[in-house]
Amino acid sequence: MIDISESVMQFLLALIVAGPLVGAVAALLPAPPGLRGTSPDQAVLRHGVTVTGAVLLAAIVLALGFDHDRPSRIQATTDISWIAALDVRIHLGIDGISLPLLVLTALLTFLCALYSYFKQPKGGSPKAFVALLLLLESGTLATFAVLDLILFFLAFEMVLIPMYFLIARWGGSEGVTGGRQAAAWKFILYTLLGSVVMLLGLLLIGLRAGTFDMVALATDNGRGLSTSVQVIAVLAIGLGLAVKTPMWPLHSWLPDAHTAAPTVGSVLLAGVLLKMGTYGFVRIILPVAPDGMRTFAPYLAAFAVVGIIYGSLACLALAKQGAGGDLKRLIAYSSVGHMGFVLLGIATMTPTGVNGALFANIAHGLITGLLFFLVGAVKDRYGTADLDTLAGATGAALYGRAPRLGALLAFAVVASLGLPGLAGFWGEMLAMFGAFDPADGLSRPAFLTFMAIAGFGTLLTAAYLLVVVRRVCMGARPQEAPHLADVQTYEFAAWTPLVALTVLAGLWPAVLLGLTDPAVQQLLAGGKS
Amino acid sequence: MTVAAESAAGAASLVQSVDWLAIAPPTITAVAALIVLVADLFVPEHRKPLLGVLTIAGLAAALAVLLPLRHGDRSTFCLPTDATVCSYTADHFALVVQFLVLGGALLTALLTLGGGTRRLPVGEYWFLLLSSAAGAALLPASRDLATLVVALEVASLPAFALVGLRRGDRLSSEAALKFFLSSVVATAVMLLGVSFVYATTGTLHLTRIAARLEAGVPGQLATLAQAGVALTLVGFAFKTAAAPFHFWVPDTYVGAPLPIAAYLSVVGKAVGFSGLILVAVVGFPSYADVWGPVLAVLAALTMTVGNVAALRQSAARARSAVRLLAWSSVGQAGYLLVPIAAAGYADGQPNGSAPPIGSTVAYALMYAVVNLGAFAVVALVARTKPLNRLSDYQGLAARRPVVALAMAFFLLCLAGLPPGVIGLFAKVTVFSTAVDAGLGWLAVVMAVNVVIALYYYLQWAVVLFRAPEGADETAADRGGAVETGGLVGPGVAGEPSGPGELVIREVPAALAVAIALTAAAGVALSGAPQLVLRFAGTSLF
Repeated sequence: MIDISESVMQFLLALIVAGPLVGAVAALLPAPPGLRGTSPDQAVLRHGVTVTGAVLLAAIVLALGFDHDRPSRIQATTDISWIAALDVRIHLGIDGISLPLLVLTALLTFLCALYSYFKQPKGGSPKAFVALLLLLESGTLATFAVLDLILFFLAFEMVLIPMYFLIARWGGSEGVTGGRQAAAWKFILYTLLGSVVMLLGLLLIGLRAGTFDMVALATDNGRGLSTSVQVIAVLAIGLGLAVKTPMWPLHSWLPDAHTAAPTVGSVLLAGVLLKMGTYGFVRIILPVAPDGMRTFAPYLAAFAVVGIIYGSLACLALAKQGAGGDLKRLIAYSSVGHMGFVLLGIATMTPTGVNGALFANIAHGLITGLLFFLVGAVKDRYGTADLDTLAGATGAALYGRAPRLGALLAFAVVASLGLPGLAGFWGEMLAMFGAFDPADGLSRPAFLTFMAIAGFGTLLTAAYLLVVVRRVCMGARPQEAPHLADVQTYEFAAWTPLVALTVLAGLWPAVLLGLTDPAVQQLLAGGKS
Repeated sequence: MTVAAESAAGAASLVQSVDWLAIAPPTITAVAALIVLVADLFVPEHRKPLLGVLTIAGLAAALAVLLPLRHGDRSTFCLPTDATVCSYTADHFALVVQFLVLGGALLTALLTLGGGTRRLPVGEYWFLLLSSAAGAALLPASRDLATLVVALEVASLPAFALVGLRRGDRLSSEAALKFFLSSVVATAVMLLGVSFVYATTGTLHLTRIAARLEAGVPGQLATLAQAGVALTLVGFAFKTAAAPFHFWVPDTYVGAPLPIAAYLSVVGKAVGFSGLILVAVVGFPSYADVWGPVLAVLAALTMTVGNVAALRQSAARARSAVRLLAWSSVGQAGYLLVPIAAAGYADGQPNGSAPPIGSTVAYALMYAVVNLGAFAVVALVARTKPLNRLSDYQGLAARRPVVALAMAFFLLCLAGLPPGVIGLFAKVTVFSTAVDAGLGWLAVVMAVNVVIALYYYLQWAVVLFRAPEGADETAADRGGAVETGGLVGPGVAGEPSGPGELVIREVPAALAVAIALTAAAGVALSGAPQLVLRFAGTSLF
């Protein structure tokens, strides 16, 4: 949109990846004079806001300077040798697939930092909190910006430790078997086991093809790899990514992690960390090992639709009166369903489906991020996220007691169930379109069946989300209930961008699809656009 | 050292020209050992710390001599008849391992100085440490079986004494005895194997053995040759504490003085592994189809046994910190074995130039740095909490934030997770050798082990940052700095000024240097992993 020279773009991207890392180290040091603020805690939380804000600004400038006429070209590339022995290069770059995710990550982290500034997280010291948050941001941004398999793995692993501590130290134990420690362990052990297996697959590809460079591998489109190597590699890499995504039946870490995590942790977990899995599918598996993917695509699609149905049924069960369902757990299960749509789109291996998957990715990040913020706010106000305690016999009467919060929650829920005109709609519809006419070599009847099941899943999704609205937002307002604070200014500040983008992406999907489509076409065609 | 095995060539000049610079690293160490031993007789009691300084100076000098040797093209004690067959070769492999063992010995010396030598006979201690280091420095450069065995014994014999050196400590003597017996058995088995090999090939020089085994031994000797190869390797497996031969490790480490446990875990391992590499890759490459699979199985077994046992350590048991490090060192030995096993599968590289070996060296370097760092922190904690349980580490972050951060970094490096980037990449190279050699099953076993290992390393790291149990206990711990309290409160975990500074002054300078050195090395390597990983990419011989 605006013309920025290539070297400035390179610098911006490097800043986006390295900036949070430097910020994390700086957060541990004592504040320099002049930046002390009113107290050390306030100073360090402000430091977090400043750094994430600067990164967000850099990401926005990068997005503006991005050549929107050629989104399939990798832009702002830096390519320097790092570890010659392993042939690992610091290869950074963005295209239409990674740019939206990069901006989403920078935005969500900034909003989280802003939210924490006003609402200090309970648990350990804010110093460690900010350092971990910035480390997490660095890892997630790097995942979307790197173009080297080993570096991708490094970035993928980088988020584990910060997220572990966020859950284990700042989380809550309510509604989790074994408490937050157990949930954090479950998260890190599951993901690590998956990602170590993924490393084996990445090494197999890199060693057999002779390069770890994603661009070169994507251009090669699997021609240098025998089918058996591709099948093994896709199985190994796919396993790691599927744990992260998470794909049914490897999802069982997710509900506990979400329930235990602090609000900010949940937002980032759902909004950013899950995307790393699906991004890996699109960026690595589809272009690098297409033959292997073709073998597994029907199974992936089958697991995906099982996930959709399973997630919805689990949510329905949790939403039922007397089930003792936790609201955060419910949204976590709904994530399993939503990510099922993303995986279904990817499994079709068609431009339509993959575009839908990428769109649903972003939409899920926006909407579920917003939902977790809202549920966190509800939990703060009522002191619990347990639906039965919350709703009592009639309902929590959020409309009556905090009308703005109630309206926002209803908005987010409606967006999540895929109302046309909001972000949630396009991704899921495109994914099902893709399944209607899958790529050559994939069984069409099977995918038609999957599509039908997924369509049924949208109905179930609508059902449980409406139950949630009825039980949380509606109901008779109790007479002598304590006063509930409605939405505060800082909450508005943190949530408005998400609401606005949800509406924008719903009404004008071309903003996103125009970016992703050329890049997806090129990836699927094997580097030839 | 001058084993002129081929006396048939006796007609040639018996006087060899010795390249003194090439053999300087082990020689300087040995000379320093003798000086310390003699000086001990004349130095009065209150001047004994001088001996420690002397030791450190000797080791530093030996390290400095490595610099002019860095091209790795020198060798000495060659056969008069054939100048390409030498007993001592200062090639890149030898130099890197010498750097590792001498640096490890230096850090051990620092640990000893910082941990206090009250219950140790100082002169003997430094002498034995230097002698053992001299043997360890000689071993990677030796290229014939006799020198190899001699060097191995020079490295091990003082180690037995070091383990049992604590006066009047039953645990210490028991540990020494266990270590001694298992090691002597290993030596006996190895010598038997060496004699078989000598009988079938008629030479002790590794390259000649390789050539003769390659050419094929006479039919009736084939079994003898195989038995010789197998027994020699079993002997070295014993020394490296590979799986069925690992039982001595935990008791020995727990019983030994703490710095010696650190020394054994790093230098002792390096010695065993360099010997194993030399014998297997340089000496017996033609039997790769035999030792390759055996080592692969041993590797899988070793890492599983070590990690599972480490997992089962209870935090409240006395000395559980050292016990955990001991078991984890067994697990790490399993990872170190993987590239050697992979070398057995690397076809088309008969001259032992198989790159996988470099991964073992790179991994060993990484392991040496972070493990010694972890031991340095353990030594620091052991000063105030002699029981050294894992639970004693609770709240370390509140008392000594910098040390706790360093310890967390070391543990994450050992686990191989970012921000311990170097640990991650060292593991990646090991994985890549296994995948490259087609050892998929071994890679999967290792993957599972990495996850198991993460559990106990991270558990320890988490304990560091947990709030201290009782404020009173903590307050008593650090003397006057009561007013800050150890209770959970904003700003306690990372407050380098205030209580931190007060406490840091109590840290002995030598320990502080050791922790700072290893932490700085670890961070530097995490930024530029190429520094160690370049050994993984090239042929070292």
